[in-house]
Amino acid sequence: MSIAEYQAYGYFALTVFLVIVLYSYIYHLYSTDKKEGGHDYESYSNIALKDDIDDTPVTSMSDDKEK
Amino acid sequence: MENRPLEYDYTVAKMFMFTTIVLGIVGMLVGVILAFQLAYPGMNLFLGEGLAEYTNFSRLRPLHTDAVVFGFTLSGIFATWYYVGQRVLKVSMAESGFLMFIGKLHFWLYLVGVAAVVVSLLMGITTSKEYAEFEWPIDIAIVIVWVLFGMSIFGLIGIRREKSLYISVWYYIACFLGIAMLYLFNNMAIPTMLGTAADGASGIGAWYHSVSMYAGTNDALVQWWYGHNAVAFGFTVPIVAMIYYFLPKESGQAIYSYKLSLLSFWGLMFVYLWAGGHHLLFSTVPDWVQTMGSVFSVILILPSWGSAINMLLTMKGEWQQVASSPLIKFMVLGSTFYMFSTLEGPIQAIKSVNAIAHFTDWIVGHVHDGTLGWVGFMIMAALFHMAPRVFKREIYSKSLMVTQFWIQTLGVVLYFTSMWIAGITQGMMWRAHDEFGNLAYSFIDTVTVLHPYYTIRGIGGLLYFVGFLMFAYNIYKTMSARPVEESELQNASPMGA
Repeated sequence: MSIAEYQAYGYFALTVFLVIVLYSYIYHLYSTDKKEGGHDYESYSNIALKDDIDDTPVTSMSDDKEK
Repeated sequence: MENRPLEYDYTVAKMFMFTTIVLGIVGMLVGVILAFQLAYPGMNLFLGEGLAEYTNFSRLRPLHTDAVVFGFTLSGIFATWYYVGQRVLKVSMAESGFLMFIGKLHFWLYLVGVAAVVVSLLMGITTSKEYAEFEWPIDIAIVIVWVLFGMSIFGLIGIRREKSLYISVWYYIACFLGIAMLYLFNNMAIPTMLGTAADGASGIGAWYHSVSMYAGTNDALVQWWYGHNAVAFGFTVPIVAMIYYFLPKESGQAIYSYKLSLLSFWGLMFVYLWAGGHHLLFSTVPDWVQTMGSVFSVILILPSWGSAINMLLTMKGEWQQVASSPLIKFMVLGSTFYMFSTLEGPIQAIKSVNAIAHFTDWIVGHVHDGTLGWVGFMIMAALFHMAPRVFKREIYSKSLMVTQFWIQTLGVVLYFTSMWIAGITQGMMWRAHDEFGNLAYSFIDTVTVLHPYYTIRGIGGLLYFVGFLMFAYNIYKTMSARPVEESELQNASPMGA
């Protein structure tokens, strides 16, 4: 097999791999969203919308310490 | 001891707002002068023959690019970081004397760096690498400034109350890491005084002179890996950080899809770094590097549009705000220009299009619809949003903002349309040949044909600059406008008539 053929197979394999990574990440985002132990991603918008210093944090550091 | 409630401390943000405006004026003024020099070469001597050395195009050009990139834009990034960072991490800089000290040191050292850059560029001291003209002593100072910026980012993150990092913080971190890596690698150089020539001579040149560690094609590859990614991590990533904070905040709307913002972030991080090769199409770099640059540039449309569409959809159901608020106008048009230039760039990176576009004014036009329409509009919008909150006063004049918006929009449109026509005309004329392969035109023929478009570009730039002066005046007057209550600052910014 010539170097060009190796490159072509490598190129194809890399493309497939990247497509799998991309779709896995999208699947991960949707499957962990709002689940127990996961994240409620859309609520994170409130980090900007409710950002006064005395607003309650969306996910507080101090909650973590109490656990 | 006085027991005051905790407040965000905008001292450092205000300092950088000041340099954003001052260096914006300097950089854009020089840009306008350069534009008219191209249209009317006599302008090279606008201060007389005696000072021609300091006023000619080649001496001023790096001053323009570096003043708007490292002056205006970087200051804008720092100003917004010291504002947004505290708010989304819910921690005040007043809580840490150390971070306050680092922030102020960051500002003052930055100012020293700016002074050194302005003086050295005017004196003609340069490494001759585009957007990396600074000689090694200044590079070292810039690295220190950058490390201080990093300490501020990670220091504030370290003492935060909000556990999740808001999407903007991710983008600011990417800006910090990306520029750190690019700047260090591209500016690797050896001071000439340490070198020895082939004939044994040593201690060559002035103490501040240096030569790049890379040579020939390697130098070109590293330079454009740097050059293009400076656009990525200076003009895209931190500006996206701004719009993800300021547009939702000003409009009171949650981001359309937070998940899309995360997907676009990682997409942008992965794809952008491979695209720089498109600056070297049809040059002596390996063919596969050129193809890779083209392909990744086209793929780059997806993450870029992911962010831009996400911002436009954030306005879903609230489009009347675009009509009523000039601040929203700036951001929505900025996002639209972001979509436009991230489509235009990939088109130019396609080899067959690049065969016409390379080295022409179309490229200059592309850079400016991105920087004027997207970067400039977004930074000004950010400062307009911040002004009432840091000064606790309403924005001085809404009608001045609206006028500024339309004057600048007209300026940007004149700029990029004239450069489209100029660039494509130029590209076609350079390639034109007769049946025997003799070139149909000489270089001066293109210069003559392009004159009207260069004049229109100068006028477009001048309009944008006039708008920027209106912005500066509006912010200046805001400092003494009607004081406002905390409750007026929740979302839409208060504005005087």
